[in-house]
Amino acid sequence: MVLREIKKGLLTSLWFVFLTFPIVVIKVDPIEKTIFWRWQNALYMAIGTFCVYLLVKYYRHRKEQQTDNGGNLEQTGSFIHRALQNPLQRKILISVLAVIALIFPHFFSTYQTNVMTTALMYVVLGLGLNIVVGLAGLLDLGFVAFYAVGAYTYALLNMHFGLGFWTVLPLGGLIAATFGILLGFPVLRLRGDYLAIVTLGFGEIIRLILENWGEFSQGPSGISNISRPGFFGIEFGLEQSIVYTYYLMILLVIVTIFVVNRLQDSRIGRAWIALREDEIACQAMGIDKRKTKLVAFSLGAFWAGIVGVMFAAKTTFINPASFTFLESAIILSIVVLGGMGSIVGVVIGALILILMPEYLRALSEYRMLAFGGILVCMMIFRPQGLISNVRRTYKFEKKQ
Amino acid sequence: MNQPILNVTGLTMDFGGIRALDSVDLDVRNGEIVALIGPNGAGKTTFFNCITGIYRPTGGDIFLMPPQGSKKMSLKGLKPNQVTEKGLARTFQNIRLFPKMTVLENVMIGRHCRTKAFIFGAIFRPPSTRKEEAGILETSYGILEKVGLAKYADEFADNLPYGAQRRLEIARALATEPLLLLLDEPAAGMNPQETFALDQLIKRISEEGQAILLIEHDMQLVMSLSDRIFVMDYGKKIAQGTPAEIRANPKVIKAYLGEEVDA
Repeated sequence: MVLREIKKGLLTSLWFVFLTFPIVVIKVDPIEKTIFWRWQNALYMAIGTFCVYLLVKYYRHRKEQQTDNGGNLEQTGSFIHRALQNPLQRKILISVLAVIALIFPHFFSTYQTNVMTTALMYVVLGLGLNIVVGLAGLLDLGFVAFYAVGAYTYALLNMHFGLGFWTVLPLGGLIAATFGILLGFPVLRLRGDYLAIVTLGFGEIIRLILENWGEFSQGPSGISNISRPGFFGIEFGLEQSIVYTYYLMILLVIVTIFVVNRLQDSRIGRAWIALREDEIACQAMGIDKRKTKLVAFSLGAFWAGIVGVMFAAKTTFINPASFTFLESAIILSIVVLGGMGSIVGVVIGALILILMPEYLRALSEYRMLAFGGILVCMMIFRPQGLISNVRRTYKFEKKQ
Repeated sequence: MNQPILNVTGLTMDFGGIRALDSVDLDVRNGEIVALIGPNGAGKTTFFNCITGIYRPTGGDIFLMPPQGSKKMSLKGLKPNQVTEKGLARTFQNIRLFPKMTVLENVMIGRHCRTKAFIFGAIFRPPSTRKEEAGILETSYGILEKVGLAKYADEFADNLPYGAQRRLEIARALATEPLLLLLDEPAAGMNPQETFALDQLIKRISEEGQAILLIEHDMQLVMSLSDRIFVMDYGKKIAQGTPAEIRANPKVIKAYLGEEVDA
């Protein structure tokens, strides 16, 4: 068995060496008109392929054994869940995280704090999209539109009317939620791929309007000099402001987690999940499809709008280039990578996807390559995401 | 007992040029079990889809009449969720559970249209919402016990054995507090033991005064359960009566077995 696998591995690596031979081994110098034969590269290729092959085989083997033993696949990656279910471990975990979050800006540079703030913004964006995609099962590829609506709400109101951050924060959320309903109405009948295409179009429409309607949004040159968030009339310097924004973001993340957690364990949350599972059965059980979908769309958009306001206040400058389709794709990747419908998963997914590129700047040329590679690996090994959602089981004590 | 609860008159449904239902009349009285039978393709499931709002019938009237004095309600043209809200709950021929929700949650979904907590309630959980949630939980668990699925409460609906999935569909429909329960081939694909258990379950539900209208192919089950039987063929009602009458009806025998050929 093992011998046969090694043999197959050797053959596979030989095949890969053959396939990659022209690009990996041969190097032509057109000026000198000579050819370099880089034989050592072929060797690396062979060893590398062989190791990857064995690893994949080993992983598969282990997975098969687990299923044979009747073991639950979910258990492999759910140590975080088990920790969260144990009240003591949960308390320790949360307090450690809280301490780290509190002291972070005092131990790291403002650059690091800024990066962290950005990551936290994506956490909230991911949690917002998670309501739409993870819970209600509506694939939304234009989520960034609501983010843009929030950001431009603050930028424009601040520029024209001098409204402050705190006034616009809820307003931005509400306006984005209204846009969510506006998008929701025409797409109520659509599901899956069709819905994805329409939402994709919606995202692009918003961006193109912002880009081309110069009198309204100042076009591609964007809006600058947006006020930073204040604290009861106190204005901060640049450095303090970064720390302050960081703490605001932490607060927003906590509020979001709290609200999303409560929502998914409520009557509406159950209706969303039922809608994701089976639309017809859902209606037959008396759930209003239209209302439930619209609520999901608008609540998801609400968080995106809030983060949009935060974003505008943090960077003090916005232009349509910040709201391209790539942003939507990243937010969606966060949800899918982290685990659809799982709050912990989305938080971890956002931190990984946003922080990794920042700290691996040395490899920045390969960023997209690595991104694609990670997603492909995820699809093969953990299609349910890093942390899959575990449905809450209800405890019921019978009254005697 | 004898007051009608559902009254369907002249129900007609056209799909393009095909008349799937041709002015079908049907009524179900309070507390009774009525069976709708007929060969494959007779239009039984179309009939269900029409009265539950999944299809919009071309013609005819559908009225639901609650026994407690309130006026009769027309169900024609309502959406499926509104029909359920009015008091008509159904199960599906090919099981349509929510596979990635627990058994208990599946039943809790049935309580959706009888409760009303919304965004505010979900986020802030005022005492009224908490009480409502506790109520949902208690009622749902009670229904699970009634259909004998309480031991599976925390299992995913997906993982249940086939017969139990069918019973869960019934439990979920019961959770909506229907005036009339519609069962679409509840015994399809069941083995004799499961069918027997189903027979017992339906009888038990019926004894509590629940009116039931069922489509079924298993004649033994139909004859054992039904108070009255309606027979359909090619979209038309061809007979109605008690099980004994139906068994003796030549039209029914013809529809099922074909005509005798004079040779």
